[in-house]
Amino acid sequence: MQNVEKIDVIVVGAGPAGVAAAVTVARGGKTVVMIDRADLAGSKNMFGGAVYLNSIKDLFPITWEEAPYESYISQNRYSFLTESSSVEINHKTLNYPSAATVFRPKFDAWLIEQAKKEGVFYAPKTTVRALLLDDKRVIGVRTDTEELKAKVVILADGAQSNLAQTLKLRKPIKPKDLILGVKETFYLENSKIKERFNLVGNQGMLCEYFGGLSDDEASGYPFAMGFLYTFKNHISLGIGINTEDLIKMKKTPYELLERLKSHPDIIPYLDDARSIEYSAHTIPEGDFYHMPKLYTHGAMLVGDAAGLVNNVHFEGTNYAIYSGILAGETALDAVKADNASKRVLSAYEKRFKKSFMYKDMKSYRNVVSMLRKMSNSIFLKYPKKMDEFFTLFNMVDTIPKATKFRSFALKTGRAVALDVPKIAKTVLEVLK
Amino acid sequence: MNDKFNKRIIEDKLSHVKYKTDKDSHIIVDEMVCEKCTTKECLYVCPARVYSEENGKIKVEYENCLECGVCKISCPKKAITWSYPESGYGVVYKYS
Repeated sequence: MQNVEKIDVIVVGAGPAGVAAAVTVARGGKTVVMIDRADLAGSKNMFGGAVYLNSIKDLFPITWEEAPYESYISQNRYSFLTESSSVEINHKTLNYPSAATVFRPKFDAWLIEQAKKEGVFYAPKTTVRALLLDDKRVIGVRTDTEELKAKVVILADGAQSNLAQTLKLRKPIKPKDLILGVKETFYLENSKIKERFNLVGNQGMLCEYFGGLSDDEASGYPFAMGFLYTFKNHISLGIGINTEDLIKMKKTPYELLERLKSHPDIIPYLDDARSIEYSAHTIPEGDFYHMPKLYTHGAMLVGDAAGLVNNVHFEGTNYAIYSGILAGETALDAVKADNASKRVLSAYEKRFKKSFMYKDMKSYRNVVSMLRKMSNSIFLKYPKKMDEFFTLFNMVDTIPKATKFRSFALKTGRAVALDVPKIAKTVLEVLK
Repeated sequence: MNDKFNKRIIEDKLSHVKYKTDKDSHIIVDEMVCEKCTTKECLYVCPARVYSEENGKIKVEYENCLECGVCKISCPKKAITWSYPESGYGVVYKYS
């Protein structure tokens, strides 16, 4: 960084959160250096597959349409699996799509390019090992090769953020705080993707899979889901699983992925598809009750590093961008006032608390824990009941329908009734 | 856990992953602690099967690491020291 005289703000991590923070500072006319450990931009980053277009538009209002999008999600499918059956709900819309699939290396490289155009100094291939402290004040970073000082440091270093832990902004991470995502990307030519998933033009699909990873009710179904995204000439198939549940299950993530791949509903999708990459990453569980402190003297946390996600709606990159913008604005105020004390940076938390992110995380505060407690119901019992119902409905034989339906209703009614109070309580909280 | 099956499927998956391998390991395990460990979560939570057992010792194939960090948080004995590989080294995703 010999070419930069005096750094106002250092951003650690060049994902969507880091880029949003850095661009916001650069737009305010201050000197900002964005550091990333990857040699090739985005080559350490991984997610399921789609970004939310409104957040990209809000960050880059002029160029957002030029980003390297793969397909625009026009179809959301929810598939409930048992070992030998599937029941699907499919929502297709021809209205303007709100999400698009991307490959992170290509997409993040584009984000970084936009940031550089607006004056952000980008330092790739640079790993931050520690923060420089003066008493309790963060005054810079130590990389593999040098020490860099700045007035404000923004930590956008992902779900595991060691740096945030050294600052004691968050407690040591426990297995239940993280979701492990693993996925495989397959090459499959565009015409076949369109045929198989009923898509035209640049339409894409996300399918979420409930169930199908275990049938062991006694030891409990893990809090885990499958996903399938379509790209232009690729599809990604993966699972997200709570790490504590994975430990309890004593299974490898890749054998679970293989199990999903070998489901009779998925096998035909992968016919002719060639596996070209396998990847893994962790994401925060997004627990409102254990949110890290977002700032301290001289430093702020954004995106995954701050645990900002809403996993129920697959939200993460949008939280990264919006929290990055808020931290960037606060950093600008601090640099202008030449004061990055806790008191000045607390404006970041105030801004955050006014945002939709805080409101959503608050109203959803018990949703994930409820869903986790109901894993057996959601991932085992309901798919099985759906299968039983449709099997019954479609079976033509000589048993009177009333006899068959009565027995089904009695058994199912009791099983579902037990869950209703739990679900009702959590839904009411969301609406409050 | 069918070990042979697991080994075969992960070897196939890892054959499609690109790496720029560092000459030094970014993962260090505390052998003394590992020897006494009875649960050995690392053997199955790691999505890249970096950890395996050889003659009662934990073998670390750091060059296969996908850099998710799950091993570190899953080890109940805190016997895994996991840090990012040297700048520019490690996994290189293209379609992630």
